[in-house]
Amino acid sequence: MNQTNESALAAAEAHNREFLVFSLGEEEYAIDILKVQEIRGYENVTRIANAPDFIKGVTNLRGVIVPIVDLRIKFHLDKVEYGGQTVVIVVNVEDRVVGIVVDGVSDVMTLSPDQIKPAPEFGVTLSSDFLSGLGSLDDRMLVIVDIDKLLTSDEMELVERVAE
Amino acid sequence: MDITDFYDTFFEEAEELLADMERYLLELDVDEPDSEQLNAIFRAAHSIKGGAGTFGFDALQKTTHLFENLLDHTRKGELRLRRDIVDTFLETKDMLSDQLDAYRNGDEPDQEAFERICQTLQRLALEEIGQDLESGVPAVASPQLAAKPEPEAPVEQGAASDSDLRVVALLNVGEKDRQLLVEELGQLGEVVAQGGDESCYEVTLSSSVSNDDIEAVMCFIIDTDQIKIRGADAGEAPQAAAPAAATEVAEVQSAPVQAAVEPTPSASSAASVKTDSVKTDSAKPDSEKPAKAKAKAKGGGESTSIRVSVDKVDQIINLVGELIITQSMLDQTVSEMDNVANSALQNGMSLLQRNARDLQESVMSIRMIPMDFVFSRFPRVVRETAAKLGKEIELVTEGESTELDKSLTERIIDPLTHLVRNSLDHGIEPPDVRQAAGKPRTGKLVLSAKHQGGNIIIEVIDDGAGLNRDRLLAKARENGLPVSDTMSDDEVWQLIFAPGFSTAKEVTDVSGRGVGMDVVKRNIQGMGGHVQIMSKPGEGTTIRIVLPLTLAILDGMSIKVGNEMFILPLSAVLESLQPSREDLYAMAGDDVVLKVRDEYLPVVAVHEALDVPKAKTELTETIAVIVQGEGRRYALLVDDLVGQQQVVVKNLETNYRKVPGVSAATILGDGSVALILDITGLHRLSREKKEKRRPVRKPALEALTNEELET
Repeated sequence: MNQTNESALAAAEAHNREFLVFSLGEEEYAIDILKVQEIRGYENVTRIANAPDFIKGVTNLRGVIVPIVDLRIKFHLDKVEYGGQTVVIVVNVEDRVVGIVVDGVSDVMTLSPDQIKPAPEFGVTLSSDFLSGLGSLDDRMLVIVDIDKLLTSDEMELVERVAE
Repeated sequence: MDITDFYDTFFEEAEELLADMERYLLELDVDEPDSEQLNAIFRAAHSIKGGAGTFGFDALQKTTHLFENLLDHTRKGELRLRRDIVDTFLETKDMLSDQLDAYRNGDEPDQEAFERICQTLQRLALEEIGQDLESGVPAVASPQLAAKPEPEAPVEQGAASDSDLRVVALLNVGEKDRQLLVEELGQLGEVVAQGGDESCYEVTLSSSVSNDDIEAVMCFIIDTDQIKIRGADAGEAPQAAAPAAATEVAEVQSAPVQAAVEPTPSASSAASVKTDSVKTDSAKPDSEKPAKAKAKAKGGGESTSIRVSVDKVDQIINLVGELIITQSMLDQTVSEMDNVANSALQNGMSLLQRNARDLQESVMSIRMIPMDFVFSRFPRVVRETAAKLGKEIELVTEGESTELDKSLTERIIDPLTHLVRNSLDHGIEPPDVRQAAGKPRTGKLVLSAKHQGGNIIIEVIDDGAGLNRDRLLAKARENGLPVSDTMSDDEVWQLIFAPGFSTAKEVTDVSGRGVGMDVVKRNIQGMGGHVQIMSKPGEGTTIRIVLPLTLAILDGMSIKVGNEMFILPLSAVLESLQPSREDLYAMAGDDVVLKVRDEYLPVVAVHEALDVPKAKTELTETIAVIVQGEGRRYALLVDDLVGQQQVVVKNLETNYRKVPGVSAATILGDGSVALILDITGLHRLSREKKEKRRPVRKPALEALTNEELET
């Protein structure tokens, strides 16, 4: 187990945390609800040329230009469709506003620290560095994503690297 | 109210006063100093002293006090100015700036430097006028101490000696400010009596300082027009003030002495004595009259402007931007409606449009400040650098009134200072060399600013030796830069922007370390501008900085490629035309050029550079927009021209990152985002794409068009 998980667990031990649960295909993911600014529909996205395919483009969020990332493409899901149910979760990470496209938002869950299990070392597409753990709720498993780390990571290409 | 609330006001005002002081000092004609200017310098020093005293900034107060006394002797003609004295004054001004900065950061100023400057000033006074500064006027450095000995003596005597009695009337001053001001006055002299109500509160003051000085001190708290100062009339004023004084006396620090004296009769008799002394002394107020009149005029000017934080202005600009977007959204809806039935609505809309534009323009103009703000610091830089280098240099500034966005003016100062220093050090030759070359001994450095299109052009022009092509090339080889003898002059000049590049034979403390020019270029590029160099051997060098006027709003031309909308900066667009087959030529198998009036322009297909699907690929069906970027011209191929509009520039980097070929984004009338194209970036992008494609080796014309076009 790496340090991230430890610190995440340490934080969790203090009290129960609330998570926003969303679905990507059949899988269920969760992010810290405090990172979520709002949830809106997927519309009016302006494509950005020469960007990675999972960066759908930018959109106007009340006068603020916000990049839109499709996590389904990033996680190599089979079916990527844009319909009435397609939802954009607008999150706030490190003073940036980013929209992430997901298949749907199901609910808000409270997880106690003992419901969050450390994530195993796995994942080629989703490194365990970006996971805070796995949440178990009855027979459901929630992949708890450390959205800060994921969106500011180099491989998301959302943030300009300092060296450039 | 806490006195620290006034700190910021004091710091800002003091900073302005110091800037004024420096300007006047530099303008000062040593042989025949203008008394107006001397007075202005004196007043500045004095006002700062007053404020520093109020807030307990001892070092600052002491320094300004000494400085002020010297200046006082100067303006009375007792101290003959010399160049080195002015230099000392300038040094003192710098010292004051440092002290001010220290206080602003909550530190104590450098004690050693403070003592040094005090000694310098003292020595100057002793040498030049044979007078000790401290003994001239009671040391205001410790006003309480200075003020106390007087009250100890009988009031009448103290007043009769050299203090003037006068009545300071405070108009419409609230209770809290008033108390502060009375305390303040207590430091300047002795408060003999006070009383009145809020609309007019009169303080009778016995003090040796001039009316100007009293005003200057109080200006930090209230406006000049709230203060009326007159000599105390016999009887009348003290009587009015006395009853109130008896009640309020205990609250005022310097008043207890007064309480011991019988208020009414003695004060009025004292007043009558002093009125005489005021009259006999009438020569002095007379000489100060013009200065005071000027101070008044300046005071009037100040009350017509207000200080607003940049954040607030930016917020307004953002809001107005949103308003414009909403307005164009409405406009679009209304234009789709029936003309006849909704004529009133449409009239209203056009009115709204006009008002919104006017509003936007006025708001934008708030952020614009004249280049004078930047240029005014250069006389000092040039003077000092020239002295250090032993060169004679005349500085000419042009276009000081040219306005530029505040954020840009602040950021241009450093690069410009660097360029000026460079020109002085490397550009302009020493006087002897100049003479030998048949040039006037005095070198000329011109700083100019002007508007051109949507840009501001700032030039640093020297009439020095010009850049040395051979030396630059040799140096470049030494540094291992790829160069060849066939490079164009322009490319050779650009070498000086390479990191670590310096052709100076020796490193001076002015320049030559080779750090800087690359930073200059980076800074300017960071502001959305670029640098051009023009140089002729023996005639001089011109360095031209081209900057956008503002970063917040752009006149744009909207274009369509495929189904996507883009914005081109209108300032870059020269013309647009439909390319005809005969004017298109393939070049080097991979490039296409378009012939426009005997000029061959590289063709950049936007759809190719930005991978736009479903765009027109038939060259002759597209529209070629001739654009200019960084001095080069290109023909951009687009599908359609949609129209012109002002757009609010939104930074892409706030939440995302820099995108090649795109400078920023904006929000269109329908609420969607459109990207603003960066012309040179686009050209670079299309070249990169071509490079990547190169192994395929397909004739470019063929790739872009149909085979039939081939010649």
